[in-house]
Amino acid sequence: MTWFETIKLAVLAWFEDFKADFILNFIEDNRWKYLTTGLGNTLKITLLSLLIGVVLGIIVAIIRSSHDNIAHEMRPGIGKFLLNFANGVCKVYLTVFRGTPVVVQLMIMYYIIFASSRNGVLVASLAFGINSGAYVAEIFRSGIMAIDAGQMEAGRSLGFGYVATMRHIILPQAFKNVLPALANEFITLLKETSVAGYVTVRDLTMGGNIIRSVTYSPFLPLFAVALIYLALVMFFTWLVGKLERRLRTGER
Amino acid sequence: MSDNVIISAQNVQKYFKGGEIKALDGVSADIRRGEVVVVIGPSGSGKSTFLRCLNLLEVPTGGSILFNGVDITDKKVNINRHRQKMGMVFQHFNLFPHMTILQNMTLAPMQLLKKSKAEAEEKAMSLLERVGLADRANAYPSQLSGGQKQRVAIVRALCMDPEVMLFDEPTSALDPEMVGEVLDVMKELAREGMTMVVVTHEMGFAREVGSRVLFMDGGKLVEENTPNEFFANPQNERTKLFLSKVL
Repeated sequence: MTWFETIKLAVLAWFEDFKADFILNFIEDNRWKYLTTGLGNTLKITLLSLLIGVVLGIIVAIIRSSHDNIAHEMRPGIGKFLLNFANGVCKVYLTVFRGTPVVVQLMIMYYIIFASSRNGVLVASLAFGINSGAYVAEIFRSGIMAIDAGQMEAGRSLGFGYVATMRHIILPQAFKNVLPALANEFITLLKETSVAGYVTVRDLTMGGNIIRSVTYSPFLPLFAVALIYLALVMFFTWLVGKLERRLRTGER
Repeated sequence: MSDNVIISAQNVQKYFKGGEIKALDGVSADIRRGEVVVVIGPSGSGKSTFLRCLNLLEVPTGGSILFNGVDITDKKVNINRHRQKMGMVFQHFNLFPHMTILQNMTLAPMQLLKKSKAEAEEKAMSLLERVGLADRANAYPSQLSGGQKQRVAIVRALCMDPEVMLFDEPTSALDPEMVGEVLDVMKELAREGMTMVVVTHEMGFAREVGSRVLFMDGGKLVEENTPNEFFANPQNERTKLFLSKVL
């Protein structure tokens, strides 16, 4: 037997093993469905929590930066009191949700606060969204604070109110500046949802793990899961890059 | 008070750090319709603070600002409504970088005066035409030179049909060869009868266009006179010293 035939046989044997492994893990009993339903749930949770996180984050960021910018020059009254109060609430929110592990928050949410709910996907989305909102808030706040104070003054001098100036002039610029950081948060969020299995949600990671526990063959299911996450992240990175280039047209 | 007075600043004070720093220490001045009032003084004299108090970008610690007879320092007054009638031009232009020149100019008229897009654009284009920038309507601010940006900033304010224009050192951030084109626009505006309050270091402009000069120092209004008298025959010692340095 030549060395060539030895290698050929080895490769063929490995390929046979791989094929058997593949059939065992994905084809038999339609086990691939664990991955596709898992992927569906992962995407559902990610997109829903992204939505919650961005909305929550923008609101918190506006309150926090408004407080830092204008509270000291506001005249005493109900407006100043409300802004101070809202700022205090936001600070507690940021401290608590950035200061505790997301898995713990998730379990508290599922087993205590929404103990009567059977909708794990929704509860998980809420948990990840509220957690992500804390990080998005700081991202947006840095974006808002980075805008030159002259922009606010120009808006106000034309007759726009504070909120209208924020909406038409400050936030569009801030959003563009924070897009890379926001994309980063999104990628983190996508992968963070892999702990949703802690509250019995059948997400992508859980799907792979179920297959592994049934077939006792960890290699293919876990690498398949990893590959799917990687492909998703690469796809979204590409998408955000396109969006960034589009927003930049005409400028600089 | 005569009907002619459009802005009346009465004993305006602006203190920082609880009175430790007195940026404005009781300044009173009247701005009459059609006047070009030039405010000069050394840096730190409070001239910019005074100008910014006129449209309440800086909220005075004490005193009052009457605009068309209404005390706009009263917190029941909707300051946004009054600011629509007071255009402001800044040292650093403060154009909106994410919008084209045309969008910069039409945003406020469309949002605040509820003008239609066509109406707002027509007005903007005719103003751009007058300052020679009609061909840059669809450019972004970053594609313009400093002088062009400042001309756009002036016409952006004019789009709101203001009754008075406030200029905060409009040529201080410009390259020397671009100062002229901005001053030309301001001179034309003055000739058309626009009421203007101009904080500047351009003594030539003050002499040529100003109807009155206010000299400020240390947060106080030190001297007030017609340009001819002011430059030829300054009364105050501090004014004499300042003029001997800048002329």
